[in-house]
Amino acid sequence: MIVEAADLRKRYGPTVVLDGLDLRVAAGSVFALLGPNGAGKTTTIRILTTLSRPDGGLARVAGHDVLRDPARVRAAISLTGQYAAVDAEQTGRENLAMIGRLRHLGRAGARRRADELLERFDLVRAADRRVKTYSGGMRRRLDLAMSLVARPEVIFLDEPTTGLDPASRATMWDAIRDLVHTGTTIFLTTQYLEEADRLADRIVVLHRGKVAAEGTADALKAQVGGDRVDLAFDTVADLDAATALLDGFPDPARLLLSVPSDGSAAHLHRLLDDLRGSGVPVARVSSHRPTLDDVFLALTAPQGVRA
Amino acid sequence: MSHALTDSVTLIGRSIRLSRRNVETLIMSILLPLLMMALFVFVFGGAINTGTAYVNYVVPGIILLCTGYGAASTAMSVTDDMSNGMVDRLRSMPVNSFALLTGHVVASVTRNALSTTIVVVAAVLMGFRPTAGLGGWLAAAGIVLLYVLALSWLAAGLGVVAKSVESASALSFFMLFLPYLSSAFVPPGTMPAVLRVISEHQPITPVIETVRGLLTGTPIGANAALALVWSGGLLVGSFVLATFLYRRRTAD
Ligand SMILES: Nc1ncnc2c1ncn2[C@@H]1O[C@H](COP(=O)(O)OP(=O)(O)O)[C@@H](O)[C@H]1O
Ligand SMILES: [Mg+2]
Repeated sequence: MIVEAADLRKRYGPTVVLDGLDLRVAAGSVFALLGPNGAGKTTTIRILTTLSRPDGGLARVAGHDVLRDPARVRAAISLTGQYAAVDAEQTGRENLAMIGRLRHLGRAGARRRADELLERFDLVRAADRRVKTYSGGMRRRLDLAMSLVARPEVIFLDEPTTGLDPASRATMWDAIRDLVHTGTTIFLTTQYLEEADRLADRIVVLHRGKVAAEGTADALKAQVGGDRVDLAFDTVADLDAATALLDGFPDPARLLLSVPSDGSAAHLHRLLDDLRGSGVPVARVSSHRPTLDDVFLALTAPQGVRA
Repeated sequence: MSHALTDSVTLIGRSIRLSRRNVETLIMSILLPLLMMALFVFVFGGAINTGTAYVNYVVPGIILLCTGYGAASTAMSVTDDMSNGMVDRLRSMPVNSFALLTGHVVASVTRNALSTTIVVVAAVLMGFRPTAGLGGWLAAAGIVLLYVLALSWLAAGLGVVAKSVESASALSFFMLFLPYLSSAFVPPGTMPAVLRVISEHQPITPVIETVRGLLTGTPIGANAALALVWSGGLLVGSFVLATFLYRRRTAD
């Protein structure tokens, strides 16, 4: 295991952020820590990258304890934080060469590595422009390139595509997938279930400071069971009424109730009859194989409505 | 650790490059003291009796005024790095952490050397007639350098504690203000009692009196020793404070 954490605990004042988090990441894999805003993803990354001390628990990265041997950990990793840490007033090439020199590649070595990475991240034409003229997607790519200068064993990516438009997100996903071929272990966090599904070999869902579920995307889907029927409503009141009536997972943001199903027409009939019998109007109905969204809804639903 | 040295060199290069490209700040930090000097020499100077041509009196004060402006922009660039993720990136790398602050401080001293040179050249054009020989110039440069170094570390410390670039600028306000309460522009003897006490017991006055004496031959007396003690003490104190604050701010 190239990243191992056991019983990690961290609180800020009265806020308990991590409440006994256990993680194991195999070398060469892509690992996703999935959770909504404020779940503690950045806190976890900061502990694993030696920026923050846990209040309790153990963490080892690339075989070294993050508390006892932070220098060795730092030599083996790199971090691409949630907000692109690039110098807007330097060019892309200068940013990369600076990191190369700080990684002690020497002046010529740093320049060579910068050229390689500019090529690889499709930044050659923008290489000598100041970063302040870059688009959000270009900045993110440069940020990722800066993390690869030293060929780290583990790379930590904190929400690598948050705030990007769909096209830039797709480019970023390609760049991340390409990394896997070089044998680098990737530890990423995301709020997007689709992102974890597309990129990760293993996913951990972070909820209330603990592991709420873990496994491959398929295993997590299996955990939720068979097919799902999504019932869409026009008002919150209708959604609430339906939630009280049926065993399902409400998503108030989208006015959806997701109900486990065996996929049969008979079950669908029964659902709709039940709702009509109670006078709850349904706006739309769709049926699909379970997605990570369903996993997430199922795991984080309040206890009362858990099926 | 030889890496500590190469890391510092790399980050000094970065800070200097960034200051060179921050054209507005650079121009302001040179233009403003020049305007102030022109204002004092040509407008107020005639009404201030210093026993000599006013331009000869005011040059050391303008140099220290520049230092204050330079320090404020140093504090702001440190705060910018603290809050924009660059510090996290560097701390997650095997890089000597203080190299970042060293980079900012050295860039700050470099900017000050440039603005000081420009002020002196402009002053000569406005009629400044120093009497110092090479030794006097070197000694004056040494004192100013020591003071600038001390103030730059102080600014770095302020930059570390400030939560935003705006508050960094507010925190460094006193550095812009202090020269006015010294012997920089008017002899303290003409000030009301309270201000005179402040003026005679703050670091800028002995530094200014020493530089003025070295360049134009006015009496220095105990001011040289006082200037060294003040600046040396400020340097040690600011360095310790800045590194302590940096360690504390980055520990969580
Ligand atoms: N330095 C800090 N001081 C106080 N509270 C913090 C600090 N860092 C994070 N938190 C709190 O910890 C919780 C988790 O934050 P974070 O790890 O950033 O979540 P995520 O990255 O998943 O959005 C949030 O409630 C946040 O407000
Ligand atoms: Mg975060």
